[in-house]
Amino acid sequence: MRIGLFVTCLGDTLFPEAGRATVEVLERLGHTVDFPAAQTCCGQMHLNSGYADDALRLVRGFVRAFGDGEGFDAIVAPSGSCVATVRHHYGVLASDSGDAGLQRAVSRLAPRVFELSEFLVGRLGVEDVGAYFPHRVVYHPSCHGLRVLRVGDAPLRLLRAVRGIELVELPEADSCCGFGGTFAVKNADVSAAMLADKVARVLESGAEVCTALDCSCLMHIGGGLARQRTGVRTVHLAEILASATGDR
Amino acid sequence: MAAAGGFPEAARAALADAQLRRNLHVATHTIREKRLRATSELDDWEQLREAGRRIKERTMRHLDRHLETLERSVLAAGGVVHWAADAAAANRIVAELVRAAGAREVIKVKSIATDEIGLNAALAEQGIRAVETDLAELINQLAGDTSSHILVPAIHRNRAEIRDLFRAHLPGGAGLSDDPAALVEAARAYLRSLFLSTPVAVSGANFAVAETGTVCVVESEGNGRMCTTLPDTLITVMGIEKVVPRLADLGVMLQLLPRSATAERMNPYTSLWTGVTPADGPRSFHLVLLDAGRTNALADPVGRQALHCIRCSACLNVCPVYERTGGHAYESVYPGPIGAILTPQLAGLERGRTLPWASTLCGACYDACPVKIDIPSVLLHLRAEIVRRGRAGGGSGDAGAAGRDAGGAVAVAGARGHEGGRNRREAAAERATMRLAAVVMGGPLRYRLAQRAGRVTLGWLRRHPRLTRALPGPLGAWTSVRELPEAPEQSFRAWWHERQRRSR
Amino acid sequence: MSDRELILSRVRAALADVPAGEPDTWLLEADPDPVPASYVRRRVMEAEQLVELFASRCADYRANVTRCADDPEAIRSAVAAACSRHGAWALVAPATLDSAWKPDGLLFESDDPPLAVEQLDRCDGILTGCAVAIALTGTIVLDGGAGQGRRALTLVPDLHICVVRGDQLVAGVPDAFALLDGALRAGRPLTFISGPSATSDIELRRVEGVHGPRRLEVIVAA
Repeated sequence: MRIGLFVTCLGDTLFPEAGRATVEVLERLGHTVDFPAAQTCCGQMHLNSGYADDALRLVRGFVRAFGDGEGFDAIVAPSGSCVATVRHHYGVLASDSGDAGLQRAVSRLAPRVFELSEFLVGRLGVEDVGAYFPHRVVYHPSCHGLRVLRVGDAPLRLLRAVRGIELVELPEADSCCGFGGTFAVKNADVSAAMLADKVARVLESGAEVCTALDCSCLMHIGGGLARQRTGVRTVHLAEILASATGDR
Repeated sequence: MAAAGGFPEAARAALADAQLRRNLHVATHTIREKRLRATSELDDWEQLREAGRRIKERTMRHLDRHLETLERSVLAAGGVVHWAADAAAANRIVAELVRAAGAREVIKVKSIATDEIGLNAALAEQGIRAVETDLAELINQLAGDTSSHILVPAIHRNRAEIRDLFRAHLPGGAGLSDDPAALVEAARAYLRSLFLSTPVAVSGANFAVAETGTVCVVESEGNGRMCTTLPDTLITVMGIEKVVPRLADLGVMLQLLPRSATAERMNPYTSLWTGVTPADGPRSFHLVLLDAGRTNALADPVGRQALHCIRCSACLNVCPVYERTGGHAYESVYPGPIGAILTPQLAGLERGRTLPWASTLCGACYDACPVKIDIPSVLLHLRAEIVRRGRAGGGSGDAGAAGRDAGGAVAVAGARGHEGGRNRREAAAERATMRLAAVVMGGPLRYRLAQRAGRVTLGWLRRHPRLTRALPGPLGAWTSVRELPEAPEQSFRAWWHERQRRSR
Repeated sequence: MSDRELILSRVRAALADVPAGEPDTWLLEADPDPVPASYVRRRVMEAEQLVELFASRCADYRANVTRCADDPEAIRSAVAAACSRHGAWALVAPATLDSAWKPDGLLFESDDPPLAVEQLDRCDGILTGCAVAIALTGTIVLDGGAGQGRRALTLVPDLHICVVRGDQLVAGVPDAFALLDGALRAGRPLTFISGPSATSDIELRRVEGVHGPRRLEVIVAA
């Protein structure tokens, strides 16, 4: 398959290892990965903060970068929330814009965009990607993957097939971590309270590593874990799947 | 007291109350699992939700016809129908009816609509005492509290706090224990004689069926039956959105509501009455149809669905934000996720201006809603609307909504007439940042330069943690409880291009 | 402009986006895409299955459920047993109650002429039949018809003994509404009762026994 990588602005800028790992996993499975260099940001932050017209600019940018998706068999991103933005909100933004061309492009493009775990399990039918990760790991199901994309247990299936891994249960797993984009700073106190509970549950689980589908949630949870000097690391799911020889 | 800073400020106060957080945690977590058990028991639960959604959606789209039909049906069944465009009109109608019945006291069934319009206070001004008969409403009335939950208005109080209230306020309550059964018994004894002797009652309505004029009250304690059966005069105050067209619609709604609300297969008592019945129940029945901002919400094709709410409170019980802050932080009789979309639409965007941001958009509310109100999408829609008006009006503007605001005296405690200067500056700064970010992200070159600048800045900030934490705005807020991420040595795209070059 | 005209005009103005000619009521059978909303409107169950399900669901909400044969003698002795469990002796009965259900040795005061609420408050209990009972939810429904009387009768007394006949049982809530349609259109008031009165107002935990009857005895005669 010819796969377009949508690395996301956060992944590109702050967490490049998640993007590199995504490339590695997809190539290991025999697929060709391309990275359209014109891509920047999907516009999620603008959309979620109420800046729909600024978000629309970025929708146009996304369409410029990926075309109507015809150049790829699929577009894959190591992020649940960015994919949710494209698949669930681009249609509305495009139709609100009244631009028929944009609407057409979005209606063809959006259904071709997938989050990595749903793509591997749901589209490719792969669970074992040949990974080896000898650590005690806990998985936080981030909200957009869980309730918008409905990735279900795809990430857990992938993790269960990883050699050497010890998967542990996260109590109250489906509770939001409290990131929520600008929520973390606009409602800083509530976000902090939610984070404190999530950090406590991660510690309860006894894991050494906390993983998720989204760099954003991991940045928030990891920031809390680091502030409390817990020693628990956050690692994107793609990186675990890419680990083939010992520790990464 | 309303917080000038809106939800974030009110939430901060709530978060500082450790007892409150414990009470809320226990209550919301207890009900969550029970609700899932109750809903998974029905093999057609998802179909019922969809049917509920379609019934409500279609009803709202033709609300005028259904209201006229309802009016005709109630009149034909011997009832009287009153229309109230705003809170003041509704309060005036009820007070006049009570006076006409020669009463100085009324008993009340739990009704959020009457809380919304501040009926009890309005009656008190007319020298009429309104006694709440729902246990939680009674607790709040004794404590001088406002509601913090749609279904369980005193959820913020635990049994020990309730015992102390009853000891202080109920006749003969001195030796009470904190056993919930004993507390319930004390409330029963206190209200019994009122039920048997008060000639006028005021209720809300869960549903009203247009085709027959049948009104429906769903309850547990029997106080609803007492109020709708024993008095001579019954006055029901109902939001216009509560109408359903057909009797068969109740067959859907009465499955959705109890399982979503109290996680029961069916609530103990559901009363249905149609006008007046000879020799059974009240001799006069008045239905007050209340607008108070509902037509405001109706005018917004996206926001309209907030009116589909059947007040089950499942969205509150699953909300991670509500779980931490409780209901008072929303400064409205409609707290939680549904309140965050309902309050700004009923009371005007300006008054509930911080509420659409009181959510991480985690989607738990949408999953739980028995009539599938897409709360996250409406939140996004309202955020955009508030930002748009802020831009147009230089930050303060909600003139459009205020002009159409039919709510009048809507009892939204958080009502704020204007934004403070600080808020205006913050809003302007945010607008500028968002625009700048969109422009930067709009071109790959600009984006790459900004990326590089961002990495350098991040590295510097991480080397100066104390300074960073002291910063006002987002950076200070972020680093108050979290570390900043490390700045990577190269961006993904730099790595990619390097790899491409090497492979060539 | 009256508030009535004002509200209706606001509603009409708000709904300018709704196309003319759209049906004003959603009907499952007329929906072009009915599958996602096709909830079960009619559930079919074997008679014995209905009785067992009703008895267990009704008991889940702390009603005391007994079963007996559907004949007057069996019902009488079940009523007598229920009364003796609660030490009830002086009962009220709707004027239309089947007198074959009244056991000897108990006092039954008829609600004809209507009793004062104080009298209802003083009695030991009330004996009624019902209109319909719903198995899936353990609910009895009263519609003021034969053997049920006015609403206050089953509200003020602290003990309610209700006889449910096998042929009054339906599986689900929509089935009940199908049977109750006539009563509702005739304007009769309905009461759905599922267990004794209860509250979840303290810490969202259920406590049985508040203002309505604190004890509910259901006799399933089938």
